[in-house]
Amino acid sequence: MQKYNKDMPVFVAGLGMISAIGNNVAECISALEEGRAGIGDVSYLNTVHRGEIPVAEVKQSNHELSLLARLPGRISRTALLGMIAAREALDSAAIETLSGLRTGLISANTVGGMDKSEQFFIDFLPDHAKGKLKDVFYHECAASTRLVADQLGIRNYVTTISTACSSSANAIMHGARLIKHGMLDVVVAGGADALTKFTLNGFNTLMILDRAYCKPFDDDRNGLNLGEGAGYVVLVSEKVAELMKSEVVCRLSGYCNTNDAYHQTASSPDGKGSYLAMSGALENSGLTPSDIGYINLHGTGTQNNDLAEGTAIKRLFDSCYPPMSSTKSFTGHTLGASGGIEAVFSSLSVKSGFIYPNLRFHTRMRELPFVPESVFSKDESVKHVLSNSFGFGGSCSSLIFSKVEG
Amino acid sequence: MKIYIRAASNISPQQTFKESAFPFQAVEYTGNILKAIEPDYKDIIDAKAVRRMSRIVKMGVAAALECLKDAGEECPGAIITGTAYGCLADTDNFLIGMIEQSEGMLSPTAFIQSTHNTAGAQIALILQCNGYNNTFVNGGFSFENALLDAIMLLHEEEVTNVLAGSIDELIGLSHAVLSRFRLYKRLPISNLDLLSSASKGTVAGEGAAFFLLSSRSSTDDLARLEGVAIFYKPENTAEMANNIITFLADHELNITDIDLVITGKNGDIKNDAHYDRLKETIFTKNELINYKHLCGDYPTSVSFAVWLAAYIIKTGKIPTGAGYEVSEENKLGRILICNNYQNLHHSLVLISA
Repeated sequence: MQKYNKDMPVFVAGLGMISAIGNNVAECISALEEGRAGIGDVSYLNTVHRGEIPVAEVKQSNHELSLLARLPGRISRTALLGMIAAREALDSAAIETLSGLRTGLISANTVGGMDKSEQFFIDFLPDHAKGKLKDVFYHECAASTRLVADQLGIRNYVTTISTACSSSANAIMHGARLIKHGMLDVVVAGGADALTKFTLNGFNTLMILDRAYCKPFDDDRNGLNLGEGAGYVVLVSEKVAELMKSEVVCRLSGYCNTNDAYHQTASSPDGKGSYLAMSGALENSGLTPSDIGYINLHGTGTQNNDLAEGTAIKRLFDSCYPPMSSTKSFTGHTLGASGGIEAVFSSLSVKSGFIYPNLRFHTRMRELPFVPESVFSKDESVKHVLSNSFGFGGSCSSLIFSKVEG
Repeated sequence: MKIYIRAASNISPQQTFKESAFPFQAVEYTGNILKAIEPDYKDIIDAKAVRRMSRIVKMGVAAALECLKDAGEECPGAIITGTAYGCLADTDNFLIGMIEQSEGMLSPTAFIQSTHNTAGAQIALILQCNGYNNTFVNGGFSFENALLDAIMLLHEEEVTNVLAGSIDELIGLSHAVLSRFRLYKRLPISNLDLLSSASKGTVAGEGAAFFLLSSRSSTDDLARLEGVAIFYKPENTAEMANNIITFLADHELNITDIDLVITGKNGDIKNDAHYDRLKETIFTKNELINYKHLCGDYPTSVSFAVWLAAYIIKTGKIPTGAGYEVSEENKLGRILICNNYQNLHHSLVLISA
């Protein structure tokens, strides 16, 4: 740990994701390009809210996911989603062999194997001798991570982070720091979360679920749509990047984790935590606001988040607003997976100049002078992309992805 | 860089809370449940805030605030929490309500508090700390990951101190589930006889402990945190013995440099045999003591051992025997904590003077 080098570059070498708009990165990017949202009626989750609350489900049964994941279908959907995306990320990284490389898996989620636990509890509550133990075996958050790590043969460093909706941004940040400390050479980092009755009902009691399709950063926004999925990046040290047969995707050039310290669930009206996270990430990367070519917003579509985030952006980017959008208008809010999924989108924005649309935007927020992008476009001049992830408990994290010159 | 433990605070099934808590007279329990002895929270946390908090959050926040008070620190540079299970009571409350009321008429309070980072968030909120805040939920490594992250942050030199700790609670339903996995003793036993029980299973415990770690020394430091290492699923005791020797060598130490070893014996015959073999093979000349008969076994119990080690170094008093009668004062240089949880998560923590 004596070897920490702040200036050591950390590269993004591979990407993997699954969400309501596709089972892999290519399918998800196509959906973004074609303006196809993944939101709709509940069709897989067994809930009384079917037909009442729209969600963004991955369009696969657990059995179908288990075939893609090459894991048993009885395990948590969170682990199945995580496995599919993490394997895609590692495969796409074109690292010839992990042997001899110190490899880690840093994964995030918010409710672990809750999808199975909530089934277990139905039988267990009336009689504690009942309920299938295998349904609760993977309850804790770490269990899904361990399943994926064991499948991928990753042993050097395996950990799980849970900081609500910023979880997987923090996983990516932790992974980058492990590389800069010289502790690891390769890190698969991101997160996974399956839709559960627990989270659907939880967010429903908070009255922040839109009964229609969400409208992030719109003056008439009415809340968020929950989604599910998984997203991972493969981070590598410079030494590994040089050994790779293909080019790296981009560089993770900055990050910052702060706390809003305002309220357990609400963001401060001035978005203090968001401001500190974004400005801290810029400082960490040595960039200024005018260097940012695109912002992938946290943009949940709730009154509170979009105002806080927007106010913080106004303060930081005043007079040099880059294009920005919330891809949650496609994927829904995937909670512990969102930072990972949006890191994949942000990495490809840097690499290919993609600017993603913010669907269903109609009216500019009265408090803000800027509007999000409405159409998919390509801008090769994008060099740096900022990705925001903010969550309950005032947890605010921002990541910056940068083009690799040369 | 040296890392100093400036203050440590521990709410556990023993009388460990507040700074004069070591040495303590062991509290005896019969049965396989060791619940934390909770302080009067009104003396520690604002009365209005405390009413809204669930039990585990109160324990975590109280341990954190007391630690900072001892350290004379108002707002640490970072707050890092480790918890295997998070806020179990709130999770179960919401889950039960959801099932019993068929997903209707639920209150958001339990859901809001069930989030794993609730304790870390509440600490930040009370202190108005806008700094780095993270929560590791990594089973039997959750606390060690928090310590490792704290060490990394201090080496990055953007902050000079970090509040790091762990919380895990024991509730009726989790005990009922874990009992079906045969984790615990089936017959009632005194915790003071736990480590000589020669049978399967352990006793369940819980606790909240926080530490103020600093890259700057002060006259009040308890001890130094010299190193932490984690080992996932080692093949056998021999591999762990090698890991221990390598870990010490990385710190330019030999086994004989260790004045005291705190083991993770928990009363389970198979688990404890691992430590007996280590004593026979590498710790032949070292003094060994145990701690899980006092706080029970749970995924983040290492925080109890770190608290214990810090106070042993500070006071020079070594607890002996199950009842924790203390010896005359000794001068100790180094204590090695050698723990495992469920034989999956093995860890080493080196505490020194």
